[in-house]
Amino acid sequence: MDIHEYQAKEILSNFGVAVPDGSLAYSPEQAAYRARELGGERWVVKAQVHAGGRGKAGGVKLCNSDIEIQDVSENLFGKKLVTHQTGPEGQGIYRVYVEACVPIERELYLGFVLDRTSQRVMIVASANGGMEIEEISANSPDSLVRATVEPAVGLRAFQCRQIAFKLGFEPGMVQQVVRTLQGCYRAFTELDATMVEVNPLVVTTDNRLIALDAKMTFDDNALFRHPQISELRDKSQEDPRESRAADRGLNYVGLTGNIGCIVNGAGLAMATMDTIKLAGGEPANFLDIGGGATPERVAKAFRLVLSDDNVQAILVNIFAGINRCDWVAEGVVQALKEVETDIPVVVRLAGTNVEAGQKILSQSGLPIIRAGTLNEAAERAVTAWRNDQSQATILRSTS
Amino acid sequence: MSILLERDTRVIVQGITGKMARFHTKDMLAYGTNVVGGVVPGKGGETVEGVPVFNTVEDAVAATGADASLIFVPPPFAADSIMEAADAGIRYCVCITDGIPAQDMIRVKRYMYRYPKDKRMVLTGPNCAGTISPGKAMLGIMPHHIYLPGHVGIVGRSGTLGYEAAAQLKERGIGVSTSVGIGGDPINGSSFRDILEMFEADDDTHVIAMIGEIGGPQEAEAADYIRQHISKPVVAYVAGLTAPKGKTMGHAGAIISAFGESASEKAEILTAVGVTVAENPAEIGKTIAQVMEST
Repeated sequence: MDIHEYQAKEILSNFGVAVPDGSLAYSPEQAAYRARELGGERWVVKAQVHAGGRGKAGGVKLCNSDIEIQDVSENLFGKKLVTHQTGPEGQGIYRVYVEACVPIERELYLGFVLDRTSQRVMIVASANGGMEIEEISANSPDSLVRATVEPAVGLRAFQCRQIAFKLGFEPGMVQQVVRTLQGCYRAFTELDATMVEVNPLVVTTDNRLIALDAKMTFDDNALFRHPQISELRDKSQEDPRESRAADRGLNYVGLTGNIGCIVNGAGLAMATMDTIKLAGGEPANFLDIGGGATPERVAKAFRLVLSDDNVQAILVNIFAGINRCDWVAEGVVQALKEVETDIPVVVRLAGTNVEAGQKILSQSGLPIIRAGTLNEAAERAVTAWRNDQSQATILRSTS
Repeated sequence: MSILLERDTRVIVQGITGKMARFHTKDMLAYGTNVVGGVVPGKGGETVEGVPVFNTVEDAVAATGADASLIFVPPPFAADSIMEAADAGIRYCVCITDGIPAQDMIRVKRYMYRYPKDKRMVLTGPNCAGTISPGKAMLGIMPHHIYLPGHVGIVGRSGTLGYEAAAQLKERGIGVSTSVGIGGDPINGSSFRDILEMFEADDDTHVIAMIGEIGGPQEAEAADYIRQHISKPVVAYVAGLTAPKGKTMGHAGAIISAFGESASEKAEILTAVGVTVAENPAEIGKTIAQVMEST
């Protein structure tokens, strides 16, 4: 789960990381008021969206007066910010963060990630901050400093000092580096983050070390023990299809194709999408209905896939282990009777109770296209989609 | 001999009183697996499917001589159960549980490394379908009728995609020595490399099938190991050709976040070390059959 910059800064600040003075606003008027509250002469207005690359996309503006802040904010609120991380549809701006300007001496990069090779938390830092980590590793890979943390003892001060000296800090600044690194690490482990990124981490002209931007991602599997983090979820930043799916306990990722997929198991779901692509079609979504899916859950999955207007054919592929084919078949029949769609549906069942499942499908009287193998299923779905399209074209040209 | 699991392996089920665990205990017993006990704190003295339940893994091991464990414990408590198994001297543990926090798994891995290699428990999973040596025993939740006994060693992240591969093999009359699910989580017990090492040393395994997916470094690590240490033919498929970058595809570990983590990059890396890569998941069985004929 992602959170906003202002939320990440509040969390890190509670763990002893220094951040600029700032305040959140839900309207342009409030933004101007926040600036007056903060005081000073220069402020930064930052669009709060769950994506990086905001600066280049025009989501971060430097302002010299409260009137300017109001003008700038009016242009941000309600707009969709399109950055290189959001995709062409962009992310809606409903909150802005107003911060007092900080006099910058130099910018660094600091990131904490779950490193899958060492199976530990890894720190990645660079003296070249202010650009994306991808750019840093492409342009100046030698500037990257890495360290992994032994989980039994946590991040030690000596490791922080090593990093500080490698990044070229003066001895007088090292204690601030230790405090910042240990604060981020404690926030990471105590709150079950999977990523903490401070970019840039800046040194001010008066030698303070400050997190100028902050980004945190949390482990969805650990949210059960962090209700205060779950509360930070912002549905306005999610694909509405994915939010709906998450609320129903389904694993869904929206894509741009026309063939809707309903599959059990993440690996098989990806493989089904691959087969569709190889058969000449494009999948509309990834959807894993999980183990032990009941008829109700299958029906929910159906309604979810059908709620995507791009879907012109549906492929159901179930290899039942924990699942039972008869339950899935019942779910398919139940959903199709309810939603009355004329979209072609291809169903492939295999594994536990497959005969019972096939029987339910054939006795339903519904025009379900059946397939025996994965290949057959994908080919029939693509053919059905093409036929449907050409029929639609004929209908349009005759009317 | 097969890897990890034999006919006489003595199995306990942690969390045996749950609905799913009961169902699969019955199924494992029906398959001929030597299930000797179960563990649920506070339910010691009960029986499930004729199998005695103990309060702790330590008690279960003392009473039954169990050397393998299957874990169905819910995510908040599963990491603790894995450590309990490691501490009680269990030799091989499969964790089925999906949804264990990554930091918990970091602690589990650290805890397991307290033991010297010859005493260290082997863990596969979490978030996997388990392990089966067809005709001998199974430690998992798979529909066992799709596996014929034979000489193809299967290792994969995904449960259902592993079923797909086994079913394609059965259709061609090809059998499996052992099929191991390593699970879809970012921090897991055993990697592809670990299982490949076991298959290389196993006389019963003649061909290795590796079923990977997007995300993480383990397929690339495996490629490096195959180049240096594996003499047996390896066939691979990597799922997720159509997966977008930065999105988690169901499995917590299935997310493309760095260079070399997409399906096409992994397929390329594996091809470069002499692995036969099936591009179409519907052709995993066919590709394995072709490789077996040519060797």
